[in-house]
Amino acid sequence: MTGGAGKERQTLLAVRDLNVAFRLADGPVHAVRGVDFTLAAGETVAIVGESGSGKSQTVMALMGLLAANGTASGRALYRGEDLLALSPRRLNRIRGEKITMIFQEPMSSLDPLYRVGRQIAEPMVYHRGLSWRAARKRALELLKLVRIPDAERRIDAYPHELSGGQRQRVMIAMALANDPDILIADEPTTALDVTIQAEILKLLRELQDRLGMGIVFITHDLGIVRRFAERVYVMREGKVVEEGPVADIFAAPRHAYTRMLLAAEPAGRKPPVDEATPVILEGRDVSVAFPLGGGFLGRQRQELKAVDRLTLTLREGETLGVVGDSGSGKSTLARALLRLVPSEGEIAFLGRDIAGLNLRRERGLRRQLQIVFQDPYGSLSPRLTIGEIVTEGLLVHEPSLSRAERDRRAAAALKEVQLDPAMQTRYPHEFSGGQRQRIAIARAMILKPKLLVLDEPTSALDRSVQKEIVELLRRLQAEHRLTYLFISHDLAVVRALADRVLVMKDGRAVEEGETEEIFARPRQDYTKRLMAAAFLSAGAPAEAWAG
Amino acid sequence: MSLAEEPVTLKEPVSGRSLWQDALARLARNRAAMASLLILAVMALASILGPALWPHPYDRVYSEYVRVPASLEAYPHEDRIVPEMQRSLARARVDIGAVTVAGDTVRAEISDEEPIDPRMIRYVERSDLFSRVRLAETSADGRSAVLEAEVARLFFIAGTDGNGRDLFARILMAIRISLAIGLLATAVALVIGVTWGATAGYLGGRVDNVMMRIVDILYSLPFIFFVILLVVFFGRNLVLMFIAVGAVEWLDMARIVRGQTLSLKRREFVEAAEALGVSDAGIVRRHIIPNVTGPVAVYMTLLVPKVILLESFLSFLGLGVQEPLTSLGVLISEGAKNMQGASWLLIYPSIALALLLFALNFLGDGLRDALDPKDR
Amino acid sequence: MLAYALKRLLSAVPTLFLIVTISFFLMRVAPGGPFHLERPLEAKVMENLNRLYHLDEPLWRQYFLYLSNLLRGDLGPSFVYRDFTVADLFAAGLPVSIQLGASALALALLIGTFLGCIAALRQNSAADYLVVGIATFGITVPPFVVAPVLSLIFGVSLGWLPAGGWGDGALANKILPVLTLALPQIAIVARLIRGAMIEALRSDHVRTARAYGLPTRIVVAVHALRAAILPVVSYLGPAAAALLTGSIVVETIFGIPGIGRYFVQAALNRDYTLVMGTVVVVSLFVVLFNLVVDLLYAWLDPRVRFNA
Repeated sequence: MTGGAGKERQTLLAVRDLNVAFRLADGPVHAVRGVDFTLAAGETVAIVGESGSGKSQTVMALMGLLAANGTASGRALYRGEDLLALSPRRLNRIRGEKITMIFQEPMSSLDPLYRVGRQIAEPMVYHRGLSWRAARKRALELLKLVRIPDAERRIDAYPHELSGGQRQRVMIAMALANDPDILIADEPTTALDVTIQAEILKLLRELQDRLGMGIVFITHDLGIVRRFAERVYVMREGKVVEEGPVADIFAAPRHAYTRMLLAAEPAGRKPPVDEATPVILEGRDVSVAFPLGGGFLGRQRQELKAVDRLTLTLREGETLGVVGDSGSGKSTLARALLRLVPSEGEIAFLGRDIAGLNLRRERGLRRQLQIVFQDPYGSLSPRLTIGEIVTEGLLVHEPSLSRAERDRRAAAALKEVQLDPAMQTRYPHEFSGGQRQRIAIARAMILKPKLLVLDEPTSALDRSVQKEIVELLRRLQAEHRLTYLFISHDLAVVRALADRVLVMKDGRAVEEGETEEIFARPRQDYTKRLMAAAFLSAGAPAEAWAG
Repeated sequence: MSLAEEPVTLKEPVSGRSLWQDALARLARNRAAMASLLILAVMALASILGPALWPHPYDRVYSEYVRVPASLEAYPHEDRIVPEMQRSLARARVDIGAVTVAGDTVRAEISDEEPIDPRMIRYVERSDLFSRVRLAETSADGRSAVLEAEVARLFFIAGTDGNGRDLFARILMAIRISLAIGLLATAVALVIGVTWGATAGYLGGRVDNVMMRIVDILYSLPFIFFVILLVVFFGRNLVLMFIAVGAVEWLDMARIVRGQTLSLKRREFVEAAEALGVSDAGIVRRHIIPNVTGPVAVYMTLLVPKVILLESFLSFLGLGVQEPLTSLGVLISEGAKNMQGASWLLIYPSIALALLLFALNFLGDGLRDALDPKDR
Repeated sequence: MLAYALKRLLSAVPTLFLIVTISFFLMRVAPGGPFHLERPLEAKVMENLNRLYHLDEPLWRQYFLYLSNLLRGDLGPSFVYRDFTVADLFAAGLPVSIQLGASALALALLIGTFLGCIAALRQNSAADYLVVGIATFGITVPPFVVAPVLSLIFGVSLGWLPAGGWGDGALANKILPVLTLALPQIAIVARLIRGAMIEALRSDHVRTARAYGLPTRIVVAVHALRAAILPVVSYLGPAAAALLTGSIVVETIFGIPGIGRYFVQAALNRDYTLVMGTVVVVSLFVVLFNLVVDLLYAWLDPRVRFNA
């Protein structure tokens, strides 16, 4: 079963009939059901699947890291030893030494109370019996190896003093400390900005070339699989539904689910609107500044310029995509345009300057300008029913409506987003992420707005769900001639939805233009880097990042 | 493309369950909390109705039954009846003949050099042991008679205190006082704390800064000393007690409410409501209050025992409610003074207090677990 | 760090000033005075006493007199224990109270941490339920119940230990008071540690430590416990306050000559200077203790270290 391109390589890890079950209050949940997979020395294998597919629990079981209510059965042979049957002491001789792991959450996976140097050194001290001094020396070399800038100083930093990308580099350094045979990477780039993602992947690839360990790469991102792995296992509902060399699977997927996943990459382009279409929203020199703490009683206040003199125009029926890394000020810009945070500069909506207006009084304008947020869990009030949530705007804008009429409109709005209107009496916690996002869209749509601000509406969702939401948004736009301000860090989605793109960095507009133009010929360095990283996850040709 | 359906499918029934309904269902499954609720209900009911129904008023002094131990048998014991009758008759200054007890009736032969004044029966009536005292069979010259009386059978299931008052009646009264103070002081803390915390949290900025700075300063004061000073100097007064206690305990409430309000204000559903054009009042009513209620309810349930404890503590030091009213702290303090020889005076009030506090704490913990299920 | 400590100390000055002022005037507007005894004193004697202690002067002058004396470290003479100054009484009482409090705190931290760890590591086992039960008992049953009951059992019924008294600090005399004082703190510390430890054991960084094959004792002691101790450190401030309150009860019940017992008696007797002295000393203690706790917290948790 050794994969790869026909080369005969020694099998390092062979997992047979792995099952993982969790005991829950309402009975057992089978997270992994009869999974087989192998990894050869120096090979890169990807396990891909959407949330809840059991891909993470598969590797957690190998590493003995299941939660207390979880049990694993089956066999996982590593150099002749069954990892699942080992005593904790024997297992501890392997994990951290022969098999190491990096995790999704760079923020919380390092102990916040110890310096990173000590954390890198710790496994060397316990596994190889190195002195702390020797281990520290090696830790410094490792930090240089993972190319942390200014490693001599950073070795004594605490995790909170490092950026997300740097922390992930520290994790990698820690993983490499004992020259492992196998590195398990559980969504190591998911929580990072796209430009950082690309750097981390590049680093991993280089390190593998130099050190020759096998990598098990867990991800939901087919773009990364295509670029990074030699063989892939596609998981769904705890089972492997398809496996094989990456090239084959991408070229000719056999299983319907794999085909669906591949098709779930957002597709389609939006034709730009006519130059003559009336302008619906115009912002000139919009700035938002937040006071930074310490301004108590007369001390000098410092400010953070979240948005810095930004100018933009939106025409009716148009979609403007706003892209940039986290902290670039895209969300703040959205809130400023909606008058949710105070700003400077001019904002004209439907020909009226709204920068100085209290939109609560200008109800006619308020209802025309609505928003959908990223977090489908946080944007619905947990104690209200779906019906109450969806009709909340009607209470404000059409208080004279009868209850029955409100219910009728709520039903219509829910139908419009393809939800069963009978669900009005349910509460948000009873719905999945995609369904909640539909509810949030219904809440905005019930007011029949002209402009909808979409603040990363698809970022927290699985690709397949994402695709449905994209389709929904596209249909709503066509039917109601909606104008969208679409904020996202996900360029694939932006490319599919937007006519024009605005690239933001540190609160400023770096570049703006028609979508195809920007994607095909980015002018600014930052945009180029962003595109290169995005090509990586979008699964497009690799030349852009390989360098 | 049926595979693309949402992975989570909804189960029937169609009518949804709110978080509160969920929480109550979880609470109902928590046996300790339910048992606590039952105990609390029984104690509250007993303390409200009990003093009216119980045969002994809490302030009635039975001078013949000072410090009698707790017993399920009726008092007086048989061997005390005859001596007590003799003692009473001796006070009436009559000559005493044979005293016999038959069932619940005592017969005493008495005589005197002068005709017996029928009013002398008062001396016997005064005793807590006898009732329906009457002179039967007065001789013709009135110098001798048979006095008949019923033995009053009294139950002191928790014994009596140093003044001869029924301890059980006093415990019932004490529970009533303790609960009342607990609830009232909690209400005071709730009003001040919620108003303060919600104002600071919702207004934010400099106002919040100043308001919470004041709370910080108040935190660092040795409050218990102030309460003691207050109570010592302004007399032992129930109203003052719970104002003082409530005024101390509002600080935590203010912090909790402020923290909740602040974090809720940043939640996206509040921003969404703002974008919909909902007014400030509407946001507070529809989004802030329903979401703050849970933590506040939990804190309140846990505050009641804290306040009762504080009140008992002050009462224990002799700074609490005044005689003849009583509270559990007063009773325990008396019990502690009399523990050598009258241990029931310490044990029963202690059990009552412990039971009350246990029940309240378990209920509060249960409520917290029900509202904030981390292990799901 | 030193700059931070100094800044904190300075910022405590207004608080202390406020405390002194409030208590001074609170006490003085109250009816009665130190020499209003049940058997009234002769008018002449009363006058002399009042003059001796400056009680005949206007209130604001007494206030400033007290403040200026306080700044010089002079707490004044006791009005009731007339042969002693307040400082004398504290010199005798403070060491006793501190001994009691410190032993109780140390005991609580040791036993509480131990019990909490056991419970967290064996969650939902019999040991866990036992610890939770003990903790609930300790939190629920107040010291003024525990103290007499312990004294009744071990002092009166069994006669193993003295039922009360200080006995010049003999070990046997300390056992019951320290135990009484420590019990609720043991309970709270155990609960805090248990909760924080369970959370820490589930945290991502502990998962990392386990994934790297560190021995269980290292995972628990180095990575979980240090995080779990943080809430206990934050609780130390309130704990000190609780010990002070507790000491009032314990010293009263066991008849121990510490400052807690003085306070109630002094307040009842209107011993102005002694009450003020207690308030000042206790507040100062609370302020200092909180400072130490903050520094300790910063030392344990680099995320809150001061950039001052």
